[in-house]
Amino acid sequence: MIISVASGKGGTGKTLVATSLALSLSANDKVQLLDCDVEEPNANILLRVAMTHSQPVCIPVPRVDEAKCSYCGKCAEVCAYNAIAVIKKKVLVFSELCHGCGACSYLCPESAITEEGREVGIVESGGSGNLELIQGKLNVGEAMAPPVIREAKKYIDSSNIVIIDVPPGTSCPVIEAVEGSDFCVLVTEPTPFGLNDLSLAFEVVRKLTIPCGVIINRVGVGDEEVELYCHREGIPILLKIPLDRNIALLYSKGVPLAEGMPQWREEFLRVFQDIKDIVAANRTAK
Amino acid sequence: MKEIVVLSGKGGTGKTSIVASFAAIAQGKVLADCDVDAADLHLLLKPAVREEKEFWSGQVAFIDRDKCTECGLCQELCRFDAIRDFQVDPVSCEGCGFCYQVCPVDAITMKDSMSGHSFISKTKYGYLCHARLGIAQENSGKLVALVRQNAKLIAERENLDYVITDGPPGIGCPVISSLSGASLVLLVTEPTLSGIHDLERVIGVCRHFRVPVLVCVNKYDLNEGNTRRIESYCGKAGIEVAAKISFDNVMTEAIVQGVPVVEYSDGKVTQQIKKLWQIVGVRLEQ
Repeated sequence: MIISVASGKGGTGKTLVATSLALSLSANDKVQLLDCDVEEPNANILLRVAMTHSQPVCIPVPRVDEAKCSYCGKCAEVCAYNAIAVIKKKVLVFSELCHGCGACSYLCPESAITEEGREVGIVESGGSGNLELIQGKLNVGEAMAPPVIREAKKYIDSSNIVIIDVPPGTSCPVIEAVEGSDFCVLVTEPTPFGLNDLSLAFEVVRKLTIPCGVIINRVGVGDEEVELYCHREGIPILLKIPLDRNIALLYSKGVPLAEGMPQWREEFLRVFQDIKDIVAANRTAK
Repeated sequence: MKEIVVLSGKGGTGKTSIVASFAAIAQGKVLADCDVDAADLHLLLKPAVREEKEFWSGQVAFIDRDKCTECGLCQELCRFDAIRDFQVDPVSCEGCGFCYQVCPVDAITMKDSMSGHSFISKTKYGYLCHARLGIAQENSGKLVALVRQNAKLIAERENLDYVITDGPPGIGCPVISSLSGASLVLLVTEPTLSGIHDLERVIGVCRHFRVPVLVCVNKYDLNEGNTRRIESYCGKAGIEVAAKISFDNVMTEAIVQGVPVVEYSDGKVTQQIKKLWQIVGVRLEQ
């Protein structure tokens, strides 16, 4: 079972939910938590798992052997990202623009192009009891998060319960992280910002045909519109977490909710049960 | 003309509330919302759209099943696993065109993809340039660049002093596209361990691209120990903490009312934001 935790809007409590869900479930089950918010991975600030394994994530970028090159310009012609240019008797490679598609090296008529890895991030992993944390981290100054997310997701062993902490937004890194999930939890807050971004995130999961449910965080300040929206769209509300200075304070210190207020564990276990029921009902319906 | 970009690394720290307040306080400016996949600034500034343009960027492969001989070469070579059963998954396709180049029977065409819309709007605070990336689309960096370009052109044409930009969360492609070449980046953080971690990474990105930085700690009194850590970190890094803003529900209440917080309340938070804008103005002149 793979459950992704997404939100559209940043700072609504994805990491709070993902870590507490993982901790609550790991009392009885083997759980993998994947931090796929590779631009700003925060799960281990709360979990404090010792990372025991680290692996660089590399994009294959072209390396031109000028002794073989005939400067025909084929590589530049086929590159969709303008990452390679041929000017008279010189080939320029702009490796930060390269997506690593491999077209230039494959199509070079002189076989003058080989590929070398350019590191754009790392994937680290470590475990504590039943819980394994896998964290992707984009190198500072790098633009492309999806390759790091793809690499982190290779660690998935779906015999476990897998929980994915998804980056904010609705663009390519979000798709990369959410794709392949059995269920997506959308975390939001009861404000017009939360509602706007929830509706965008809901469109993403609908497009990917992944069943979803909503967790509303910081209930108490704000308005009723998010709940009305969920009722209208038929999205189940899995949990409400109140606006509580103590919860915010725990988070600020890096203490997971399920640890600082253990009474929440039951709530997260119930959320998981509800998710299982929804996924099962969905499978039967199909 | 000076361009100030508001970023945070971590989402939900208050970027949009602060930009909307600057919109209400500052004279002679254009506003830009560069959070193109989960934009919220328009919810506070209530724009009337004057100009809407389709944003065409990138391509997606398409296989003509009548011509396809199912040789499988495209599937074998695609590094993005975007071709399955001789069909292209437009969400996974990165538009590299490798398959199009190699198809032995020319069954593959590359189609331009419409990946969003850009807008130029009028608000009671002046012009707003914004955009909406299509759901699950790529090329957010290019759309961000277009929004910034639109804002700069208006500022030049109307002889305005400032472009004030609401940036996206994270440190990847759209963030890099938002900040490169800006006059100043204002980083809005919060005194949580996640906020501090993410601040350090986004400072790294600003350094990498040589853009000057100011820091603002929002909700500073949620955890004053962490606020002191931020001040000490910034002190050592030679970065000015220009303001500390109180943890106060008026921020959320103003969002619910759909107005900038400086127009909603006359209290502490408003005074702190006004002072922040003064400091920003002074730093921009230096």
